[in-house]
Amino acid sequence: MSHKMVSVKGLHHSYVDNLVLNNINLSIDKGEIFGILGPSGSGKTTLVKAIAGILSIQEGEIHIDKTKVPSLSLLQSIGYMAQSDALYHELTALENLEFFASIYQLERNNRKNAILHVLDLVNLSDSINKVVDQFSGGMKRRLSLASSLMHQPKLLILDEPTVGIDPIIREQIWTELRKLKNQGVTIIITTHVMDEAEKCDRLAMLRNGEIIACDTPGQLMNNSGANRLEDVFLVYGRDEQ
Amino acid sequence: MKILALARRIIRQFKRDRRSLALLVIAPILVITLVWLVLDGDSYEPKIAVGDFPDQFTQALNELDIDVLKMNEIEIDDAFKNGEIDAYVYVEANQPKLLLEGSDPLTNSAVLANIQSIFNNSDVQIEIDYFYGNKNLNIFDQVGSTLIGFFVFFFVFIIGGISFLRERTQGTLEKLLSTPIKRYEIVFGYLLGFGIFIVIQSIITILYSVYVLDVYMVGSILELLFVTLILSMTALTLAILLSTYAKNEFQIMQFIPIVIIPQAFFTGIFNLDSMATWIQALSKVMPLTYGADAIQQIMIKGNSLLDIWDNLVILLLFAILFIVLNIMALKKHRSL
Repeated sequence: MSHKMVSVKGLHHSYVDNLVLNNINLSIDKGEIFGILGPSGSGKTTLVKAIAGILSIQEGEIHIDKTKVPSLSLLQSIGYMAQSDALYHELTALENLEFFASIYQLERNNRKNAILHVLDLVNLSDSINKVVDQFSGGMKRRLSLASSLMHQPKLLILDEPTVGIDPIIREQIWTELRKLKNQGVTIIITTHVMDEAEKCDRLAMLRNGEIIACDTPGQLMNNSGANRLEDVFLVYGRDEQ
Repeated sequence: MKILALARRIIRQFKRDRRSLALLVIAPILVITLVWLVLDGDSYEPKIAVGDFPDQFTQALNELDIDVLKMNEIEIDDAFKNGEIDAYVYVEANQPKLLLEGSDPLTNSAVLANIQSIFNNSDVQIEIDYFYGNKNLNIFDQVGSTLIGFFVFFFVFIIGGISFLRERTQGTLEKLLSTPIKRYEIVFGYLLGFGIFIVIQSIITILYSVYVLDVYMVGSILELLFVTLILSMTALTLAILLSTYAKNEFQIMQFIPIVIIPQAFFTGIFNLDSMATWIQALSKVMPLTYGADAIQQIMIKGNSLLDIWDNLVILLLFAILFIVLNIMALKKHRSL
């Protein structure tokens, strides 16, 4: 029996006159890797921000683990990796992680271990004392990911985590995500890359602020009679219009 | 043509950023207006109190259109301290004497010019003395104390504003808000983090002004430091607040002619007494007015914190107001 981790009901959101999210309903199970696939401008970031509780939603309700969003105590068990790298460029990798570790109030004794562990996980152990300013784009993404893992969140929200990361390390990150999933961590991941979407347990296709389809990647392809996810998008997108 | 393409891009950007465009046009006008307002003020009419003095002298003053108050030596002390008079003329042992208020060189010279024009035709010389300061107090000594306040305010504002803006533009504010940190913790974290640099900045500015530039200073240096710190805190809280309304560093810079320069003009560098009432009223809503006055009172008049507590309370109220507004402004990002 699976438990519900995230439930989104009737979510509407608009910026000024622009309707960004239109009647979003979602339900994500515990330990699921849930993908949100859509082109840029489809509302992916707004949706995950709303789930993370860093966006005041105008209409609708979001619950995480039976707690209504937003809730400060909930934030302690959420790991959020933003689309921007959200790092302090003047600081080293270690200093950045130390900062966030202290914000999450990790115990002093565990802090060092947690930092070394996540750095190893994203393959940045060698650059621990390097200033972020000298990092490549991919390294910054990885450090940003590391910073959202340190406090062992129950729900991990990743906004386009693998942009600019080389395929080998991307594969390593996915291996790690699956490991986390097996430990019971629920993962929400946004992407506009189709082959990445295929790796998710379930997938919501977002277009112009609406979910046009939501199922397992295989089922989506079956239902639409398409061989590739890209084509699924085309099929559902056409229906929309 | 690359050059044309580039120019077109910049014009387009400006068209999207109406505020910067407006500022480009309005800022110079504004600053010119400020200078004009200040320099075009009516010439200052000094307020002179007269003690025991021949009537013909009082008449001579009246002919110059100067208000003359009759006062005795006991009243004089309070009148000077309350800023009611600029000078006191009296006779002691048959020697005419002039006691100048002394803290504002411009006022001093206005009084001197008037008094000396009366004594020009006689062979009696008037003896000049100062209530605050001495005859060596030049315009820099007077303006200098105000400038300390101004520059401290200015730099704290710029650096504080831009660094908080960075927090937003580089996404770390959002990241911070995705952690269980409370909004007030962010604001106070900033105040504390910057507080350390503010202390250093204040110490260096004050020591440099007093010991290197040799600005006239008769008060306690520790009390001066305390006042400067409170003023800086006000500047920092204001900077963080305003940075919420800026999209980039350039827009932070736009606050300089709007928020900073008017404060420099209306907070003690120039004598406000001869200016329009609305300018005087405007200066009352500017934190630097109270900071600069407090600094000046310590440096030139040698007053202590007890004498300027009202200025300090107002500064603190400004800071508290800005802090509360800051915490509320963060609600825009996260409602909790």
